[in-house]
Amino acid sequence: MDLTRPPKLNPAIALAMIDRFLQEELAKTGLSGFVLGLSGGVDSALACALAVHALGPGKVLAVKMPFRTSSPASEADADAVISQLGVRSERVDITPMVEAYFQGLPEAPPLRWGNFMARVRMAVLFDRSARGRALVLGTSNKTELLLGYGTWYGDTASSLNPIGDLYKAQVWQLARHLGLPEQVVTKAPSADLWPDQTDEGELGITYAEADAILYLLVDGRYTVEEVAAAGHPLTRVEKVLAMVEGSQYKRRLPIIAKLSQRTVGIDFRYPRDWGR
Amino acid sequence: MESVLKVALVQMAPSLGLPERNLESHLTWLETPEAREADLVVFPELSLTGYLLQDLVAEVARPLEEKGFLAPLVEASRHRDILVGLVEESSQFLFHNSAVYLSRGRIHHVHRKVYLPTYGMFDEGRYFAAGREFRAFDTRFGKIGVLICEDAWHLSSSYLLVLQGAHTLLVMSGSPGRGLATESVEATSVQTWERVGQTLSQFLTVHWAYVNRVGYEDGLAFAGGSYVADPFGDLLLDGAENVEAIYRADLPLASLRRARTLTPLLRDEKPELVRRHLDDVLRGR
Repeated sequence: MDLTRPPKLNPAIALAMIDRFLQEELAKTGLSGFVLGLSGGVDSALACALAVHALGPGKVLAVKMPFRTSSPASEADADAVISQLGVRSERVDITPMVEAYFQGLPEAPPLRWGNFMARVRMAVLFDRSARGRALVLGTSNKTELLLGYGTWYGDTASSLNPIGDLYKAQVWQLARHLGLPEQVVTKAPSADLWPDQTDEGELGITYAEADAILYLLVDGRYTVEEVAAAGHPLTRVEKVLAMVEGSQYKRRLPIIAKLSQRTVGIDFRYPRDWGR
Repeated sequence: MESVLKVALVQMAPSLGLPERNLESHLTWLETPEAREADLVVFPELSLTGYLLQDLVAEVARPLEEKGFLAPLVEASRHRDILVGLVEESSQFLFHNSAVYLSRGRIHHVHRKVYLPTYGMFDEGRYFAAGREFRAFDTRFGKIGVLICEDAWHLSSSYLLVLQGAHTLLVMSGSPGRGLATESVEATSVQTWERVGQTLSQFLTVHWAYVNRVGYEDGLAFAGGSYVADPFGDLLLDGAENVEAIYRADLPLASLRRARTLTPLLRDEKPELVRRHLDDVLRGR
């Protein structure tokens, strides 16, 4: 195995496992389907396709939530996914909500706008989920979760995430396996929070390199030195590790000041599937 | 002694933290044609409680009483032997991850999991008290030894059971599927379990029946893939992954005899030598 390459995936087994995951977890909640935000990118397209694969298009609602600066090409890609998968869809323009808030805050930089948009989209999805008795499906992949490349309580918020243990390379592989539209799989990944933003530009590392390094560090328990010895520049490995450490808070619920005998999140420990 | 052990393996998905509901599903499984034609029906690890219990352990624990919670299964064991998994509450109020072998309307044998995995996704040492022995026990099919999941990963456990005379090892598991970054047709964890059982059954010339649960608990996908390996290390049965199913296999005493005739490893085993070396190790030499 070439340790400088990102990990591959056995798509047949992954599909079987994710199918059952979505079917069983939905059945346990007694709710009627899934709702997710569809951006036109490969992550949400794959999450949508997986939900359809598991439960059929009738159980899935895809919500497009463009902002006025969002790329029209993204929406066209989302439409291609919707028509290919045959899911129900809605369009919610978040521009008025977002602009109403930022009126009188001219100093806000793009990052604050971007994070706010991600949280508005989250709020729309959870409201739609209450209306339709549906679960919000997460669309963050493992690479993003580990690097912290997402908005806390924004796009990282969901009830159930079918792709959170797939590195970006595995997302692409599974998306191809499911025959998602070519342009969705091949285009440069972007959060599309401002014009011409690309993930790899903002992260300062390619997904291929980040995936390969993360796979060794996280899944393989390699030390930093061992990853470097496997053929990755030491500075890149250290940079990746620093991103993982620096974003640990995003992967946890809020920590609580412990005062009592049993404290939520510390020593009051129950599975989420408690009694289901 | 019966010449063939007709075993049924129940690859089921228990409900997490609901012993009464699981008891009902056990009784339903026991009514299936496969179970009815078996001499022995084996359920997976913690089949009556579910696996990822955490603080629910104390709430689902039951004392082992023939007339208590287990009574309907004890009654069902008048027709065929049954091996189930549950959280046992001891008389000292310790909680064990236990396997209970029911036969002829009695609790015939109890194995308390010795090796409690407490690493990676596993946290059993936090919640359970460890068992302290591996003991093969008599049945009308010859001696049987029970291992619960991690127990089987310690070489000495199956070795000790076979030296005690076990013809058959029953391995009850709650193993999540993981490791998909390969091109192989099964998850790495499923392949690994087959390799372990085929290797040990061949080394120890013993029948090895492995039953793993399925279903999801908080994102863990229990993988199924139950199987039976014969004393030559060959698979008699290779169950599917991820789906609920009941499997039947016949374990003939004759194949044990043939294996131990062709390859008399057990005859030539030198436990006194092992003991001498272990004594040295324990004395730090």
